[in-house]
Amino acid sequence: MLPQLSQTVYGKPLVYLDNAATSLRPKTVTQKWVEMSEIKNANIHRAVHAMASMATDEYEGTRQAVADFIGAQSAENVIFTSGTTAAINLLAYSFGELCIREGDEVLIAESEHHSDIVPWQLLCERKKARIKVLPVLDDGRLDIEALPSLITPGKTKIACVAQISNVLGLVNPIDEIVRICHDRGCPVLVDGAQGIVHNTVNVNELACDFYAFSGHKLYAAPGTGVFYVSPDWIHKLPPYMGGGEMIQTVSWERTSFAEPPHRFEAGTQNFAGVPTLKPAMEFAAMMRDRETELEHNAVIRFVNDMLVADRRITLYGRGVPGKDKTGIFSFSVQGAHHEDLALLLDKMGIAVRSGQMCAEPLMGRFGITGMVRASFAPYNTMQEAEYFIESLRKAISMLQ
Amino acid sequence: MSLQEAKATVVEDFSMFDEWLDKYEYLISLGKELEPFPEERKTEDRLIKGCQSRVWLDCEEREGKLFFAADSDALITKGIISLLVKVYSGRSRQEIAADDFSFVEEIGLRENLSPTRAGGLAAMITTIKRIADGK
Repeated sequence: MLPQLSQTVYGKPLVYLDNAATSLRPKTVTQKWVEMSEIKNANIHRAVHAMASMATDEYEGTRQAVADFIGAQSAENVIFTSGTTAAINLLAYSFGELCIREGDEVLIAESEHHSDIVPWQLLCERKKARIKVLPVLDDGRLDIEALPSLITPGKTKIACVAQISNVLGLVNPIDEIVRICHDRGCPVLVDGAQGIVHNTVNVNELACDFYAFSGHKLYAAPGTGVFYVSPDWIHKLPPYMGGGEMIQTVSWERTSFAEPPHRFEAGTQNFAGVPTLKPAMEFAAMMRDRETELEHNAVIRFVNDMLVADRRITLYGRGVPGKDKTGIFSFSVQGAHHEDLALLLDKMGIAVRSGQMCAEPLMGRFGITGMVRASFAPYNTMQEAEYFIESLRKAISMLQ
Repeated sequence: MSLQEAKATVVEDFSMFDEWLDKYEYLISLGKELEPFPEERKTEDRLIKGCQSRVWLDCEEREGKLFFAADSDALITKGIISLLVKVYSGRSRQEIAADDFSFVEEIGLRENLSPTRAGGLAAMITTIKRIADGK
């Protein structure tokens, strides 16, 4: 089912625990990818020939499937991007042009990924606006109690929060955050890069204004991404990138733009990659069936308990497994450098991430230079979890 | 021991290990054996840029020979830099500048380290060569 797992590394079976960076891809996804390249290889929306219409059908069919998958009001609200980063940059630019003035504020959670920080910093620099930070508590949870006082009505123009931090692996209370922000007239961007993998998402129920995620973390091809824009905003946001296919008519005097979502999809799109989202979402649905979910929760509980019980280990993001703690485990070990641990685990066949995880402000918050992150997907087995814990203990003892 | 002999010794030491994990265990032990590096010399200008972990490299010239000292906050990196320190300390600038550092490939370190780590190793080598060139 997952072709990547048929290989060995350093003579050992591969145990892939870097799912928060990118997921493995099932055969149905890679097959669709090949099909799009070998059979339906034509640029979408433009030509009238048969191959082009097959490619366009695949692409637009995927848009509707994504809308259904995330509970969007319609396919019109679904913009394809190259990933979460591109989606947030699009928003920061477009929303920034529309709404941000000198002295305004952008509220960002302390645990955000760089891709939900830097585009806003660029915007704030351009507009002489200011960034405010929603703090993270010691256990990794967001300081929701501080949220109301951080929003200055009329001045705080947008709040940006990840559904699940890529470091802490805790499910943030998005519905509560949205309610508090909306009560004060502040729209909310949800970075769903990790959230979409772990939760069934309904953007309509969440009532968020914007939701972004990447295909490659959700089993689809890299270079695919989804940017959901709510009905309140989809016709208001000005275009970001100009180019082919985002226009209605072009003349030297005046150019009129296509209707959304195409208005936001300038130039040739990733027409080979986007249709892989369809089998990817089917796989994601399969990964959420009752049995798989029970097994995944058992794995999360086991790893969580083992890491918490080991006094040498500091786990960041303390939550309740199966409730608000997902399979993302970031930790540091007394007397063992995160990079050494990752290198030794690699030699035991285990792929983990080490370093700052694109969240330097959060590293600073916990006063460390880096962490090891083991991120489990629903396809990871209990046997792999046990091997990971055993290997981690061995690696620690080699370093101490 | 000549530079050629020193390099050959390292290559031979590493050839004893069949398992990758054993090679790393050996690197860790080398890291632990490295002479202590004074805290006050862990300054920004002695830091090698391009490594994921922090690596400090210092150099003294005595009687026309270069003597290196190094440290890192990661043990495996420390093991790697200690190999370089051991092989290249006590050599002349000309000798180091003329060397191709290919022995690190012979022990299989470069290709089996992560890209960032290989970048770190490359940065260590570049720094040593730069010092030898007097730049």
